[in-house]
Amino acid sequence: MVVQLSDISRDYQVGEQQVRALRGVSFAVAAGEFVAIMGASGSGKSTCMNILGCLDRPTGGRYLLDGVEVGRLPGDDLAALRNRKLGFIFQGFNLLPRTPALENVELPLIYARVPAAERRRRALAVLEQVGLAGRADHTSSQLSGGQQQRVAIARALVNQPTLILADEPTGNLDSATSAEIMALFQELNRGGITIIMVTHEAEIAACAGRSITFRDGQILSDLPAGQGRA
Amino acid sequence: MIELWMSVKIALRALRVNKLRAFLTMLGIICGIAAVIAMIAIGAGARQVISEQIASIGSNLLLVLPGSTTAGGLRTGAGSAATLTMGDLRAIRAEAPSVALAAPTVRGTAQIVFGNLNWSTAVQGTTPEFLEIREWPVVNGRPLTQTDVDGTARVALLGQTVAEQLFGAEEPVGRLIRIRQVPFTVVGVLERKGQSPQGSDQDDVILVPVRTAQRRLFGGRTPDSVNSILIKAVGAEALAAAQEEVTALLEQRHRIAPGKDRDFTIRNLSEMLAVSEQSSRTMSLLLGSVASISLLVGGIGIMNIMLVSVTERTREIGIRLAIGARRRDILLQFLTEAVLLTIVGGLLGIVFGVSGAAAVSRLLGWPTLIAAEAILVAVGFSAAVGIFFGFYPARKAASLDPIQALRYE
Repeated sequence: MVVQLSDISRDYQVGEQQVRALRGVSFAVAAGEFVAIMGASGSGKSTCMNILGCLDRPTGGRYLLDGVEVGRLPGDDLAALRNRKLGFIFQGFNLLPRTPALENVELPLIYARVPAAERRRRALAVLEQVGLAGRADHTSSQLSGGQQQRVAIARALVNQPTLILADEPTGNLDSATSAEIMALFQELNRGGITIIMVTHEAEIAACAGRSITFRDGQILSDLPAGQGRA
Repeated sequence: MIELWMSVKIALRALRVNKLRAFLTMLGIICGIAAVIAMIAIGAGARQVISEQIASIGSNLLLVLPGSTTAGGLRTGAGSAATLTMGDLRAIRAEAPSVALAAPTVRGTAQIVFGNLNWSTAVQGTTPEFLEIREWPVVNGRPLTQTDVDGTARVALLGQTVAEQLFGAEEPVGRLIRIRQVPFTVVGVLERKGQSPQGSDQDDVILVPVRTAQRRLFGGRTPDSVNSILIKAVGAEALAAAQEEVTALLEQRHRIAPGKDRDFTIRNLSEMLAVSEQSSRTMSLLLGSVASISLLVGGIGIMNIMLVSVTERTREIGIRLAIGARRRDILLQFLTEAVLLTIVGGLLGIVFGVSGAAAVSRLLGWPTLIAAEAILVAVGFSAAVGIFFGFYPARKAASLDPIQALRYE
């Protein structure tokens, strides 16, 4: 199993009030799966994503990522885990401004202390893989939304992660470009990459092999693709 | 930690994005460092001049002058009393154990003529000890001797300025000059001394034997009197003792009752110079502190801009953290940026400071001295300013919550 969540809870203190964002969530994702996480805003899907991404720690329960218990790891180890086992794709692309695509893609390798020559070679290879071979020198302002998201995907792939986490990857894209990005996701998944993707669009979720729907901090349904409804 | 070079590259890119802002931020450091360098250079130059003057005067010196006496409410000017005599000199030499050397001066101004050239200068009658006390060697020819003094010889030593004015490139030694129409043979030329602490040209002088000056040139009514007596004590610690001994001796010789006004004064020349050195040291310390304040202000400017930059780049920090940067990496990145700003600013500041000091030298004629240490200190100081004022913003960046940072608009 790539991901194993058992009885995960996450409580926030907002002023006087205790907010229970997750209340005992358990699921597992096997290697090579493509999972969509759905739910209305406030359903707990973003909190779950942050925990999966090792950006946040659960209040209770156990999270195993690739067999490693994440909950009690110190900050630097979490950073290393994010760097080597996870690849992030965001709704707003989140590329560094005024920075060429190549350098954006190299970024995780810099923090992984990969030497410059190899960094360049690997970054160019993944850029080619996402279909941007000729655009390595373009900065984000010179790229379309779809192209920017491809750069972000290349950045997520470059360190050969165990798991790709995508947070509304098509939220800022028109439907044609969304379809292209989803096709790329499916292609990557067929190549053996595990993907967990948050979305609120049923159409996009239908591209995944499985969809988990959240409501009020709990899992409402966990079904094969195309059958989940928020 | 990422290799330093990588963080320098990242920092350079971040600074390039906002060149004008980076330059303006640096300007504070540039001004601060330039001011510190220039002020230190000016202070060091002033101190060097003073210590050269101390060396040119000689050390452990006392000067005995005829005092201003008061007679019936009428106070005569210093020197007019003509109370010091060759007898006083002999007594000081013989009876004051803390006095190493003593030399008289009989001074006057005279027109000097050589061939068709003439020059007005100070003529000073003295004894061979004078050159020893002033530590003033003869570079060409020979010094005065006791035989010259005893024999009232008409021989003269020329200061460099006089030699140049009268002889130019010609050889002066052995030539005949006229002082107040009296012929003198030039026997030597003195080493160049430069300016005195009061700014007068010490090389514009002619030395002749004291008795010759008294009898042939400036004697007049009181041929045995001298204008002053220059005394060298046996050591720095003996200076006060020498002063007391000479005072007691002269009071006794001049029959001055205890409590009455003396008809002579004794000045401690080294003390005067020590005071002026002290005041110049205080001055350069003061200038340096004022300049340091501008450096401090520059540092605060860096901190201000770094804080703005951290806020502006919150999302970037979030991305880096999500992608696997450790908090240390983020800290180092922002610290590098701040240090880079100050070091580049510091280097430019050195350039401006050094050229500023050179300009002050040229335009105002002030002496300046740029020490390598001052430059090293400036570079070290600017790096320290960068680390000190960059640390807080960098820590703020490193402690951001990645989830919040990624959502920051």
